[in-house]
Amino acid sequence: MTDILRVNGLSKSYGNQIGCADVCFDVYPGEVLGIVGESGSGKTTLLRCLAGHLEADSGSVEFVLRDGVRRDTLTMDEAERRQLGRTDWAFVHQNPRDGLRMAISAGGNIGERLMAIGDRHYGNIRATATSWLERVEIDPARIDDRPSTFSGGMQQRLQIARNLVTAPRLVFMDEPTGGLDVSVQARLLDLLRGLVAELGIAVIIVTHDLAVVRMLADRMMVMRRGQVVESGLADQVLDDPSHEYTQLLVSSALQV
Amino acid sequence: MNQIMQTAETGPSTDSAKAAGGEAYNFAYLDEQTKRMIRRALLKALAIPGYQVPFASREMPMPYGWGTGGVQVTAACLLPDDCLKVIDQGADDTTNAVSIRRFFQRTAGVQTTEVTGEATLIQTRHRIPETELVARQILVYQVPIPEPLRFLEPRETETRKMHALEEYGLMHVKLYEDISQHGHIATAYSYPVKVEGRYVMDPSPIPKFDNPKMHGSSAIQLFGAGREQRIYAIPPYTRVHSLDFDDYPFEPMRADQTCALCGAEDSYLDEVIMDDKGTRMFVCSDTDYCGGRLEAGHEGQQGDAT
Repeated sequence: MTDILRVNGLSKSYGNQIGCADVCFDVYPGEVLGIVGESGSGKTTLLRCLAGHLEADSGSVEFVLRDGVRRDTLTMDEAERRQLGRTDWAFVHQNPRDGLRMAISAGGNIGERLMAIGDRHYGNIRATATSWLERVEIDPARIDDRPSTFSGGMQQRLQIARNLVTAPRLVFMDEPTGGLDVSVQARLLDLLRGLVAELGIAVIIVTHDLAVVRMLADRMMVMRRGQVVESGLADQVLDDPSHEYTQLLVSSALQV
Repeated sequence: MNQIMQTAETGPSTDSAKAAGGEAYNFAYLDEQTKRMIRRALLKALAIPGYQVPFASREMPMPYGWGTGGVQVTAACLLPDDCLKVIDQGADDTTNAVSIRRFFQRTAGVQTTEVTGEATLIQTRHRIPETELVARQILVYQVPIPEPLRFLEPRETETRKMHALEEYGLMHVKLYEDISQHGHIATAYSYPVKVEGRYVMDPSPIPKFDNPKMHGSSAIQLFGAGREQRIYAIPPYTRVHSLDFDDYPFEPMRADQTCALCGAEDSYLDEVIMDDKGTRMFVCSDTDYCGGRLEAGHEGQQGDAT
């Protein structure tokens, strides 16, 4: 199996401040890669550089397109990158308000990506939206309700449905369980795990919550001050951390 | 188009302008430099159908919302031997139309008319005349909000990018919302169109009944938004397609009535409330069209009501 994403020497600095420095890693199809670290460790900067929301200073992000061609997405022109952003890529924001259109119904939110890639049949769009609502455990009767009337967990599930509707091959997630209470988090993680396994998509998930990594990720990277300090299989790193910072992180996690 | 090209190069003679205006104004109020700037924007707009060209909109002696954009475009296109018609919601005799017509009578001294066929330049607010326009005519629209994506995506930087990259999925999201809420596309005016297969454009708040008239029209269609400082255009014989879904095709809409005065069955009708008991009558919104039919001897159910 060949990798779907290959990141080489990716760096981004904000003036003198280092965002992330010399990050290298691969992602394989169907794999979940967790990126952990404390606040300010550069994990969100890294994710935003990967997704093209921020311009990286140096390095390369090579993505394998559907036709098998490997392209550096950093040097791609913006039209192509945005095209990727609504077909093969998806971005799940921490705050669902950033990723959803709050003034547009749930069905419209899910349908937007379909219409963006040229679907012009109302009946088909609506049928797809209904089936996706069911998949993310939202009552299809609420298809015409606005996300502002939804609970936080429902909004997050709607955001996931909206992103996965065009069958992306790589999904970026920025703290998807951030503002949710524990029981809702558990359901969301369960749902995500099911969808990822079912659809075989690759996921890069940024989080400070080690439990999320334990549950979802196959491999993980630990970041500190913009550098990757340790990486490996998720269970291995969590059970037997070798770097002192990872040891600190793992020992700081609350055990219930 | 020739007319604009010609004026862009030479401009009207200022002598005749002074004679016509008779006052301290330049011909058609704006100074020649400003008119030249606007004509450049107009030529660019005609070269890229549907694209919003920024221009340095001037303060006009009337408030924003009264058609300052349209007035500036008209001023830039007007020649001393032009014949001007101004309509507001189809009518020649409403406040807005009367003031703008008088404004150009005073500052340009051009001939004015209420007859669509006689006019060489028609400035309009929210309607296209019922009489089909011909090649020698220019139609100038007053535009309040030129950006069709404005209420879907508030960031202007983003909408500009969306136009540049032809990302128009969002426009269909609005139509989707219409169908999901009302069972049909309920947008009745400012109905978005795609011009020559490229730019999505707001046709100004004309009823969607008028949308098909923009397609392949022989006349030049110019759009001016004064407050928003944008000019865009549809050159003659251009494809103008109203956006829709495969299973919910675009349908022009009109009241299912005939004109009470002239009996017209094909014109856009205004609904007029007659009394407190809810009596109503439907009359042509295009007063010139209605008047012409009356003269030709047509009669509606209340033909004698006037």
